[in-house]
Amino acid sequence: METLEQIKARLEAALPSAKIEVLANECAAGERSLLVDAASGFTVAKFLRDDAQLKLDYCSNVTGVDWPDKELTEKIKVKQVVDGVEKEVEEVKKNIRPGYLEVVYHLYSMGLKHGPVVLRLRTENRADKTHLPSLTPLWRGAEFQEREVYDLYGVIFYGHPDLRRILMWDEFVGFPMRRDYIAPDDFEYEPTPHDEVLVEAKKHYPAEPKAEVKP
Amino acid sequence: MNALATPPKNFEVKPKLAANGEELGELLEVSMGPHHPSTHGVFRMDVVLDGEKVVKLKPVFGYLHRNHEKIGENISYLANMPYTDRLDYFCSMTNNWAYALTIEKLAGLVVPERAEYIRAIMAELTRLQNHTCLIGFFVQDMGALGTPMMYAFREREKILDLFEEVSGARMMCNYMRFGGVRVDVNDEWIAKTKKVVADYSKFLDEFGTFLTENEIVLARTQFVGVLPKDLAINASITGPMLRAAGVNYDLRKVDKYGIYSRFNFQVPVGEHGDIYDRYMIRVLEMRESIKILEQALRDIPVGPVMDPKAKLRGFRPKAGEVYGRVEAPKGELGFYVISDGSPNPYRYRVRPPSFINLTILEDMCLGHNISDAVVILGSVDIVLGEVDR
Repeated sequence: METLEQIKARLEAALPSAKIEVLANECAAGERSLLVDAASGFTVAKFLRDDAQLKLDYCSNVTGVDWPDKELTEKIKVKQVVDGVEKEVEEVKKNIRPGYLEVVYHLYSMGLKHGPVVLRLRTENRADKTHLPSLTPLWRGAEFQEREVYDLYGVIFYGHPDLRRILMWDEFVGFPMRRDYIAPDDFEYEPTPHDEVLVEAKKHYPAEPKAEVKP
Repeated sequence: MNALATPPKNFEVKPKLAANGEELGELLEVSMGPHHPSTHGVFRMDVVLDGEKVVKLKPVFGYLHRNHEKIGENISYLANMPYTDRLDYFCSMTNNWAYALTIEKLAGLVVPERAEYIRAIMAELTRLQNHTCLIGFFVQDMGALGTPMMYAFREREKILDLFEEVSGARMMCNYMRFGGVRVDVNDEWIAKTKKVVADYSKFLDEFGTFLTENEIVLARTQFVGVLPKDLAINASITGPMLRAAGVNYDLRKVDKYGIYSRFNFQVPVGEHGDIYDRYMIRVLEMRESIKILEQALRDIPVGPVMDPKAKLRGFRPKAGEVYGRVEAPKGELGFYVISDGSPNPYRYRVRPPSFINLTILEDMCLGHNISDAVVILGSVDIVLGEVDR
């Protein structure tokens, strides 16, 4: 199979508007991945599927990953004048990398028996702009897996034919696989009548017996 | 393949109308499961029926959901090994292997020769018992209550005895470790396994005479639940279902993980993609497994069973990510792990074969009778521990 750089060069020639980046991976196996901007995610995936040399006709795995806001510390040397003498002093600068949700696709080719090409798409943030294009119209195999990512991470896939919760129940609130999710004490809490409900309910009960009046 | 794939059918069901606008009978909505004996666990199908014909079918999951992936992210790498047993509780050995293989890829561990042989033996024994039981279950779905399943369970028990002897547990084996296996097998165990394997083809012959040309099996399975080749690839179907549809894709041949490149075996491929092909592929795969087992038990060398560099306590792989996959009896079982250098994985994901194989359940069932839908589901081979995770 071609290297990721070759694939990237061909992609950029075919789709000039796409922003593509090759991400490094430092572990022993070291499969690197292609990071594609969300807007051209669908066209890039379609190119990878239909291209005669790649023919990635099999989308094996779809994974959601949550990357919350992270504080990055950076040490910068700054020149300062201390007691009339110029000195180099180290200063710690703090940056906050905004968080995002990421969806990772592992693509293989069944016909040519090669792969994987790892494709990554990232949302703008974790709160309100969590939209990504669905790749289910290209690979049916992503249908349930994208539903799962929606269910557990809250990524909204536009173009998905049937985006509903899949493992959690429909009334469930929140996205349990996010790093900052806190599980409630009791999932099956059912309110018993109290406060206003109890007052309402009391109307239906027979009136309380009055205290006995002694003659 | 150039056109966009057909979107999943999510149409609105309307009753059929006669020429004068009168309704021709009502559609019946049936909720099959989660406590239905034919759904192989706590699986539910929302089925809409026109008479006995299926016009809509939506699978409903999650009754056994315990967020396995979240548990995996909150405990150490090694502590997660017994949890993988509970994914597909029929095939704990292959689950262990897939997880161990992934972490070995992540940390760059080398598995000793003898351990590789033991792993292959365990995986093929698992394949034998899984396929045998599946055939038992699915014949039961067709109405052969009890007897074939008991035959299958009798044989499975012999293999589970072997697992118990070596790992201490029949089903939840927790046997493999990163860089090898937990305990070595002895010569007595190998002799016993050889005997079980030698007897197995006799059992397959016997089972085959009852089922392979059985008139009821033929009538119920041939050209029922046909899965076309293009759809099977597009919908990421793996395992015996994919090969029954006519695609030659077996990870033991494609990835050659472990020591599978040393064994001489073939990959059976179907022609029609119907239920009968799926049954037949499993029978032929068992025959190939027996071949692999015979070779492995003959060639198994002496030596250590753990990588001396492997560290069980305080295991912290370098930051990075990895996707490892094996050919489990039900299809491609993959693990995707992102490490950030801490003792726990940052992200731990399971790619469950039977969950993804259910994607096309509706496509296969539409237009068939409700009784066929039960058999079609049986031929997919699902285990809910893995589907719901």
